[in-house]
Amino acid sequence: MKLFLTIQREVVKKPLISQVILETGVMINVERAHIDSNEGWVLIDIPENERERIIERFSELGVEVKQLENAVIHDDHECVECGACISICPQEVFFFDPGYHLQIEEDRCILCGRCVPSCPHQALSIRQ
Amino acid sequence: MQKSIEEINTRIRDGSAVVITAEEMPDIVSELGEEGALQKVDVVTTGTFGAMCSSGAFLNFGHSDPPIRMERVWLNDVEAYAGIAAVDAYIGATQESTTESLRYGGAHVIEDLVSGRQIEVRAISKGTDCYPRRTITTELLLDDLNQAVMVNPRNAYQRYNAAINRSERVLETYMGTLLPQSGNISYSGAGLLSPLLNDPNLSLIGSGVPIFLGGGTGVIVGEGTQSSPKTGFANLMVSGNLKNMSPDYLRAASFTGYGVSLYVGLGVALPVLNLDVVRNCAVRDEDIMVGIIDYGTPRRDRPVLRQVSYAELKSGSVLIDSEEIRTSSISSFSHARQVALELKKEVEEGRFTVALPTVSIDREKVNRPMRETRQTPRVQEIMNPHVVTITEDESVKTAARKLLKGETNHLPVIDADQKLVGIITTYDVSKSVLRDGNSLKVSEIMSKKVVVVAPDEPVDVAAQRLDQHNISALPVIDANYHVIGILNAVDLGKLISKKGWHS
Repeated sequence: MKLFLTIQREVVKKPLISQVILETGVMINVERAHIDSNEGWVLIDIPENERERIIERFSELGVEVKQLENAVIHDDHECVECGACISICPQEVFFFDPGYHLQIEEDRCILCGRCVPSCPHQALSIRQ
Repeated sequence: MQKSIEEINTRIRDGSAVVITAEEMPDIVSELGEEGALQKVDVVTTGTFGAMCSSGAFLNFGHSDPPIRMERVWLNDVEAYAGIAAVDAYIGATQESTTESLRYGGAHVIEDLVSGRQIEVRAISKGTDCYPRRTITTELLLDDLNQAVMVNPRNAYQRYNAAINRSERVLETYMGTLLPQSGNISYSGAGLLSPLLNDPNLSLIGSGVPIFLGGGTGVIVGEGTQSSPKTGFANLMVSGNLKNMSPDYLRAASFTGYGVSLYVGLGVALPVLNLDVVRNCAVRDEDIMVGIIDYGTPRRDRPVLRQVSYAELKSGSVLIDSEEIRTSSISSFSHARQVALELKKEVEEGRFTVALPTVSIDREKVNRPMRETRQTPRVQEIMNPHVVTITEDESVKTAARKLLKGETNHLPVIDADQKLVGIITTYDVSKSVLRDGNSLKVSEIMSKKVVVVAPDEPVDVAAQRLDQHNISALPVIDANYHVIGILNAVDLGKLISKKGWHS
């Protein structure tokens, strides 16, 4: 499962992720990150059963943790189910069911945003 | 056995006609045989729903008081072609808004009209004795127009090539986003549901045949512009009343980096008259082949990587050089299916009868490229052949001397075999002085990734390449990677002023 960490200025220079990995022994996969001198955000993937522990520890360290849900916003009305989003998504979030209707597995999204400009009908956006 | 069109229309009118979609036909033929299918099936409906850039509509606004001869017209800031008559205009789907650029265009105006939304009409004129008014601004609904006649010059392509990109950068095209280094394949078309693939010999599809167009009933005008039936790339010019259409089947689109287009739902009901029709309508995705074309080559004749069937394209991936490349469509199969089903329903309920062409389309026609009497200039015509080069083991100091003496800002770097291995600029040399200065070698400061151009490439391609990479010169190399010249942005500028491209 994916967690979105917002790292505030006060703690941005600390090795937070390494610390949590060492302390908890949980394998954390960093999927995307953006950090500058002021603040930053990191998208991590962790085993589902470690959810509570990881959220608790990061929160104690001053990191705001949100579970990533409904990352892809799909406008049903605008979408014509052409499928232009399918092959350009590196995470294979989009696919057709046997009836050629577009299905979205949002859990796979890493917020890269590549699908947004690739949709000819402006039916996709990413929750930031 | 043969069936007549009258026989089929009688059955449609009394509600006994057997209508199926082109998707169901292959299995029916397998099951009943060709004769059996001919006996059982009366009509096969087809459908397609994709980006059809070449679309638009003639609009008649009626006369204002005092009247105006609308010389230039804007609809929601999208210019329509008004060189027709006093109060008529043709709004083209790909025309972009003067204020919103590609976020809004002619296709959006059409979708707005069909959706019942009000549009702003603005026009200007010099004023004449009979039409004294010089400007007008008004808001109109589709119902306010006397006529709104969709006339699409080129729709419903029989088939269309699939696109791949072997270059190093992302391409934004009318085929959607093409990832670099063959990252994906994009295709467009309804495959076995495509109207023209079910009548490849154009025996049923031609002028005067009624069709499903944009949710209403339209008609085939004749061959579309650039139609090429002989090579399997036929298309149709179609027309219909915008007032009967629906936004479910006409959808505006904006392709990032390309522009505006209109998705059009179009379907043809094919009367099953004889065994030829049965055979043609039994086409399967496995039988429909298209080329995979490299859009990374910005020329008319692009390399074809391989032929591929629609079945393979629809499977989600295609093998190229034993690598699986993911595919996706830019047209909508679910909506194409909806078109075929809607048309099937209309025929079954007796609201849509079939007809044969009044004038046939020439099936031998082949599309020709443009005859160019003035060839676009090539790189070799304007490149500087007296290019100064340097070898990679020479010192930066030597490079600085050469740069000064040669009065150039770019030095291509060559190896012992005279092959291009890098490039250094005045900027690289200046920067290096601040580091270790004199002791450095050319190989330590050069850029190894050199953007190059071939002597026979058109200068437009070279200009675009300079622009894309944000650089000011391109080494010109031959087939052996030997530097034979250099092309400067300045040379390109001179060419434009000298040859007067636009005059």
